[in-house]
Amino acid sequence: MLSEKNTKKLDDLKKFYPTKQALVLPVLWMIQEEHGHISEDAMRYVGELLDVPFGHVLGVVTFYTMFHDKPHGKHHIEVCTNVSCMLRGSAKIVEHLEKRLGIKLGETSKDMKWTLSEVECMGSCGTAPMIAVGEEYYENLTTEQVDKLLANLERK
Amino acid sequence: MEKYILPDIPELHMIAVYEANGGYKALRKSLGMKPEEVTDEVKKSGLRGRGGACFPTGLKWTFMPKQSDKPKYLCVNGDEAEPGTFKDRQIFEFNPHLLIEGTVIASYAMGITTAYIYVRGEYGKWIRMIETALADAYAHGYIGENILGSGFSVDIIVHKGAGAYICGEESSLMNSIEGGRGYPRVRPPFPAQFGLWGCPTTINNVESISNVPLIISNGAEWYSKIGAQKHPGPILVGVSGHVNKPGVYEMPTGVPILEIINKYAGGVPGDKRIKAIIPGGSSTMILRGDQLEGVSMDADSLKTAGSSVGTAGLIVMDEDTDLIAVIARISKFYYHESCGQCTPCREGTGWLWKILKRIERGEGRAEDIDLLMDIANNIEGNTICALGDAAAWPVQSMIRRFRDEFEKRVKAPSVGNTTVAV
Repeated sequence: MLSEKNTKKLDDLKKFYPTKQALVLPVLWMIQEEHGHISEDAMRYVGELLDVPFGHVLGVVTFYTMFHDKPHGKHHIEVCTNVSCMLRGSAKIVEHLEKRLGIKLGETSKDMKWTLSEVECMGSCGTAPMIAVGEEYYENLTTEQVDKLLANLERK
Repeated sequence: MEKYILPDIPELHMIAVYEANGGYKALRKSLGMKPEEVTDEVKKSGLRGRGGACFPTGLKWTFMPKQSDKPKYLCVNGDEAEPGTFKDRQIFEFNPHLLIEGTVIASYAMGITTAYIYVRGEYGKWIRMIETALADAYAHGYIGENILGSGFSVDIIVHKGAGAYICGEESSLMNSIEGGRGYPRVRPPFPAQFGLWGCPTTINNVESISNVPLIISNGAEWYSKIGAQKHPGPILVGVSGHVNKPGVYEMPTGVPILEIINKYAGGVPGDKRIKAIIPGGSSTMILRGDQLEGVSMDADSLKTAGSSVGTAGLIVMDEDTDLIAVIARISKFYYHESCGQCTPCREGTGWLWKILKRIERGEGRAEDIDLLMDIANNIEGNTICALGDAAAWPVQSMIRRFRDEFEKRVKAPSVGNTTVAV
């Protein structure tokens, strides 16, 4: 379930934490990075790997917004609609994305290409409005820039 | 004023540039002092926490037991998720070694051998920047075993969050590091007695820790003379919303809010009137734009004005802003982020949001205004952690200071201005 690289990384991390349970978040991140989401099988694997009950792992996965127990579209577009972005036109960005992608906030396209999510403040208040795709932030956005970005992602 | 936290030095994130500009000298100096002398210096400087509560940092350090048969821990809080706050991100990107140097000094002062920098999961890119800086600092002997031959050792690890605002709350942050849900803990016991894994622990904000090297280099007296007397030092103010030049500005504490908006952030577009501001992130009480004369960015002044410094994330709203839409959006945030442990917060935040949405849609009833106040008053003070208060304060202050906006909307549903849509 974990690549060789991440297995080694995990071994290195062990010496910095006094319990195995403390590695739950780091391991879940590794799994999500490798598999795109965290399946029930993966949660059972993490439980066995770190000697914590499956229920604990499930509880953690469902508590944190960034852990996904279901596969997402190939491109996960997250739009911030919190106050600072809202004051600088995030509604227009949402409307434009929904129109262009043919899906609403919270939905994944049928071809599994796109997932569109509304997110809480991402710390881009000074460069609002913004969207994030994976770890990449796109800031000070206009609808024209959204179009360019979608065209770039389309090609990937 | 000269800038200390985010000075205009190109490539300062590189260790060689940081060293060439006096970097890690404060660490050398600290290691030549006794740990309690370092704590004392921070205490005398008057530095108050930059994470929201303004608690004196040096005093917090003195709560840690000097002798302990258990390991002691430091958590540096970089969970930065308070809406309107984007300052720690600048430190990670432009001056990560200042943060690292501060972390090592704080660890030395408190006898800590492991420090965790907890960073919100969304900041994946910035986590890599910190990790690069950490690797360089390890390679140069500023972290790790026997630092600069002093006999003192500390390890620093970045711990990545996973998208939970509540993990910025210190006890929730510790539960998250321990590998659990980010549920806040009942206090007492306080972290200095029973923190991570039941061991003595201190939690400090990224910006607070980044002030420490300045204090050690220049002395407590120098530091205590910057800015507002009872809340001194440089402060990173993040200005967002309706301003011409949004961004993070470093300034001494105590700069008038109107000067921050008009001089630093270039004023309001179209020279519009300021209707309202939120001074320090979405949980601080909203202030009227026509009552900002004489109000400045420091703990005392904002307290007198009926709000607080919070994280100094200043959100500016012009005269055309639909404040009902704003407060509805803020309430949705707290509803989403409530961890669900305490009934008043878990249920109340959802009720606040639903009623505010109803008013926003023009379907509100006149009695909804008092109902909102009643719910907010019943959340405030009745929860384990401050998220409940953070959800209540914006609603309470919005109703107190802009009751007419609510009354207009519930009485005449079709007259609402719609420049801001949710």
